[in-house]
Amino acid sequence: MSADTPLSKERPNPAVDGSELIRFDRVVKRFGANTVLDELDFSVASGKHVTLIGPSGSGKTTILRLLMTLIKPDEGTIKVGGAYLTHEEKNGRLVPAGEKHVREVRKNIGMVFQQFNLFPNMKVLRNITEAPVTVLGLPKDEAEQRARDLLDLVGLGDKCDAYPTQLSGGQQQRVAIARALAMRPQVLLLDEVTSALDPELVAGVLDVLRDIAHTTDITMLCVTHEMNFARDISDQVLMFDAGRVIESGPPEKIFSDPEHERTREFLSAVL
Amino acid sequence: MTAGLWEHWVLPGIWITVQLTLYSAALATAVAFGVGMARTHRSRLVRFFAAFYTEVFRGTSALVLMFWIFFVLPQLAGWALVPMWAAVLALGLSYGAYGAEVVRGALNAVAPAQREAGVALSFTPWQRMRLILLPQAVPEMIPSFCNLLVELLKGTALVSLLGIGDVSFAAYLVRLATTESAQIYSITLIIYFVLAFLLTRGMKVLERRAKAGIGQFPEPLSTGGWLRFRRSDAKSPELSSTGVTGGGASR
Ligand SMILES: Nc1ncnc2c1ncn2[C@@H]1O[C@H](COP(=O)(O)OP(=O)(O)OP(=O)(O)O)[C@@H](O)[C@H]1O
Ligand SMILES: [Mg+2]
Repeated sequence: MSADTPLSKERPNPAVDGSELIRFDRVVKRFGANTVLDELDFSVASGKHVTLIGPSGSGKTTILRLLMTLIKPDEGTIKVGGAYLTHEEKNGRLVPAGEKHVREVRKNIGMVFQQFNLFPNMKVLRNITEAPVTVLGLPKDEAEQRARDLLDLVGLGDKCDAYPTQLSGGQQQRVAIARALAMRPQVLLLDEVTSALDPELVAGVLDVLRDIAHTTDITMLCVTHEMNFARDISDQVLMFDAGRVIESGPPEKIFSDPEHERTREFLSAVL
Repeated sequence: MTAGLWEHWVLPGIWITVQLTLYSAALATAVAFGVGMARTHRSRLVRFFAAFYTEVFRGTSALVLMFWIFFVLPQLAGWALVPMWAAVLALGLSYGAYGAEVVRGALNAVAPAQREAGVALSFTPWQRMRLILLPQAVPEMIPSFCNLLVELLKGTALVSLLGIGDVSFAAYLVRLATTESAQIYSITLIIYFVLAFLLTRGMKVLERRAKAGIGQFPEPLSTGGWLRFRRSDAKSPELSSTGVTGGGASR
């Protein structure tokens, strides 16, 4: 893509060569006695679009929340772009990461939530510019230009001065996508971003995401129940059950000729 | 009541009550935000000290605290505060403790997802507080702050016991001088009522402006039609999806 599109990177993306960007290494996550992730291993190559599918409660959201550092793993390590997300190397030993280290690594990750979670106290434009200005130190006019370009991209160029409460759910979600992209993350996490929307608003949001998936080199990790969308954008589909990846492969394979009985059952229930 | 008493005691008394209220409110607000935010801090130690402060100053009577600051503190510290500042300190510290609970409650009432969205954008904890949590919590605090402010106004009457010439003290003197207690105490009641009324109206305006700042546009003020405050920035929202637009009555 050309240098002046809203999504171009100023730092080169080491990425697109298909090297490993995310790695889960024997990650265990428990909630009380409930072991949600059981020594989970998986990795995502940079630039790839990976969709997580699996029954409710299988731990898909938990994986994204671990990556966003909203929760901490009980065991195991997570690496993003070669750096440990939850640990720091000190004198050759791995120690739990300090807040500052986590923040640095986290800057490579953006997330879009099911419930949008826009900041109601900020107008649309500032929702998008605040983090680039405050966190990345971008000059204000540059951040605003970037925000306007992104709003155009998601089809909301005229909503800069609206408050989030004045937008429909679909519009809010598109602003939330723009807000995440404004940080130029290497990875975008999407957790059922259309499931809180009225049916007629879903298509607009999915179109925006398709557009982003096809025109950028951003790595996407998404959880969705929209199987057609998953088929369109995914390079790889991971089927989860009981905290483990039970099957993975290209969408054509998984959706039309799954190997695992559980995958077949799951797909026949949702398709 | 004779004009001399009115001029020499009651009017200055009103002014002193107003000053006491404003200074104590300023101190109480600072304490409330400091202690209230500390109660949501990550560090358990910070939370502990903040909770300790709240318990101590909520549990001690403002009157006894005022006497303590005025009579005991000088013996311990070797210096004394003038009565006015002793009173401001006592009122500010104890109403600050109540205010801290309001601040804490409002901060905790902000949706946890807002914090998560802030984390996802890599804001520091303080940036999240300053940019996301406080701006959303403050409008929610205002109604409770309004109650506390009126309580504080009435609480300032305690200072007459230190011999400070506020409205209550003036009333007491006037009663001694004229023995017309019915008249002067009725007037004093009305003075407090008017002051409290002005404070609540002022806080209502603040609340509306604060809510407008987070994209909420409540129903217009119903002032019974005879006292109206104009929203100075009467930007009415276009395309409010709820169909509620603000400022209807003030135009
Ligand atoms: N904060 C929490 N406290 C306790 N248990 C939790 C918590 N978060 C998730 N769980 C549990 O972890 C399991 C996995 O939850 P998770 O949200 O990751 O599932 P999911 O695959 O995203 O499901 P869904 O498709 O319904 O969104 C569930 O059994 C859930 O009850
Ligand atoms: Mg989920």
